[in-house]
Amino acid sequence: MSEAVIEFAHVVKQYDGRRVVDGLSLRIEQGQCFGLLGPNGAGKTTAIRMLLGMTHPESGSIRVLGHAVPEQAHRARAGMGVVPQLDNLDPDFSVRENLGVYASFFGLPDNTLDHRVDWLLEFAELTHKQHARIGELSGGMQRRLTLARALVNDPGLIVLDEPTTGLDPQVRHVMWSRLRELQQSGKTLLLTTHYMEEAERLCDVLAIMDHGRIIAHGSPAELVRVHCERNVFEFPRLDAPQQAALDALPEVRLERSGTSWYAYTEQADPVHDWAAGHPQLRMLHRHHNLEDVFLRLTRRDLRD
Amino acid sequence: MIELTASDFRPGRGSLAVWRRNVRVWRKLIRVSIVLNFGEPVIYLLALGYGLQRFVGAMDGLPYMVFLASGLLVSAVMHTTAFEAMYSVYTRMEPQKTYQAILATPVRVADIVAGELLWCATKGVIASTAILIVAGCMGLISFPGALGVIPVAFLTGLAFAGFVMPLAPFARSYDYFSYFYTLVIVPMFMCSGVFYPVDSLPAAGQWAASLLPLYHAVELARPLATQAPLSAPLVHGLVLLLYAGAGYALSVRFYSRRLLQ
Repeated sequence: MSEAVIEFAHVVKQYDGRRVVDGLSLRIEQGQCFGLLGPNGAGKTTAIRMLLGMTHPESGSIRVLGHAVPEQAHRARAGMGVVPQLDNLDPDFSVRENLGVYASFFGLPDNTLDHRVDWLLEFAELTHKQHARIGELSGGMQRRLTLARALVNDPGLIVLDEPTTGLDPQVRHVMWSRLRELQQSGKTLLLTTHYMEEAERLCDVLAIMDHGRIIAHGSPAELVRVHCERNVFEFPRLDAPQQAALDALPEVRLERSGTSWYAYTEQADPVHDWAAGHPQLRMLHRHHNLEDVFLRLTRRDLRD
Repeated sequence: MIELTASDFRPGRGSLAVWRRNVRVWRKLIRVSIVLNFGEPVIYLLALGYGLQRFVGAMDGLPYMVFLASGLLVSAVMHTTAFEAMYSVYTRMEPQKTYQAILATPVRVADIVAGELLWCATKGVIASTAILIVAGCMGLISFPGALGVIPVAFLTGLAFAGFVMPLAPFARSYDYFSYFYTLVIVPMFMCSGVFYPVDSLPAAGQWAASLLPLYHAVELARPLATQAPLSAPLVHGLVLLLYAGAGYALSVRFYSRRLLQ
């Protein structure tokens, strides 16, 4: 078996005695788009920081691009591009200068750079803004520039921590198409996200993380098939007798989330038959999706 | 807790990239910086020098303007460097998150610290050179001997950057630096031989001044600027080097703790 691009083995990280990452093991292969899903506080961002050598684990081992991390993290980072959760573009410089200055941190010589910077500006659709200051850019433009900046060193591995959080749908679609282009050009992608749609569209492999460890792992289709019944019925309101009746139907799993109720089942007919007797009941029937899996596995309680 | 090994303290090529980043920012604001670099010493020399010259006459065998100018050559390094190593470094660390961005590249904490120290010393040399020019034009110092002040300004810049840079990782806001400035930098400015000879202080004051870097910088700069013989230059140089070196080691430790949690 060839060496994985990223390999975590039994990694533990604690803050103030609390295990934020609790025996995390994962393997990401060359060319994969790997999605890390999980509620807030699941340990995703800590895992990413450890991958970069910016947080040191208490125990376990991490290898990235063939280098031991954190010991040789700076060597690994030479082959990586990072899109952090919060933009940290350099406000002292223009759009174009941001790319040039960042390239200098990779030791790239100035004279070979102009071409690459032109291409990156085009890739991020920011050529017309190249002389603008960072403060003059919209949130979406800043995000695109952050992605372009992550590519200055032509990395084989790109790590994105919630790349589209807070973006409007148009910008999100632009980001997705750019990420797909990168994936098609053979790059390995690791991204964390809260958006199931994003994970389903982009990722070949997903890992759902909670309480610092991976609780489910597989392709999006696999996860949905293995962890959730095929049919989902949503009820905005159910009174107690109705709840009891639904719960009593064979092979129906009834769950509450917020004020709504969800009935999960492989066979839709028994629920339809039952609902026929309650014509006033509001009900939505749909196929299972990744969000159902996510909510089922991480439970429905709020995380803060 | 971050455990550091010897290699974590060894700066590499990344430090030059950090230094160059700061040079590029400075070049964008060059006009403002230059005006400030020249304006400050002119104001000091005109206001204090001309004002006091008439009453003081000579000090320690030098015309008062000459005495003052030869001290300002390094006190300006202190002010410039201290400001840079407190406010500017904190700005890059905290609100701008520049260091976090840089740490996603092959650059390491030791490179950031070394690059910043080098940049502080560079700015110190610029400030000192501005005074050399102003004081030279006013006929207060004699060339080419005074050019020897330039390496002293560089060393002084390193020493003050080392003195001040370890503070920022403990800061929660800019206010924190006001204490240090008022309680440490300003008294040092007043009592290190810039305005009057240190031996006019009581013994305890002399002893305190001799522990702080500015006194040693003045002891090197003044003889060089006035063509007088240096006394114990190795001791003064070593004290400044010690501040730079200890400050570097502490900074690598403290910045690692703050940036790599």
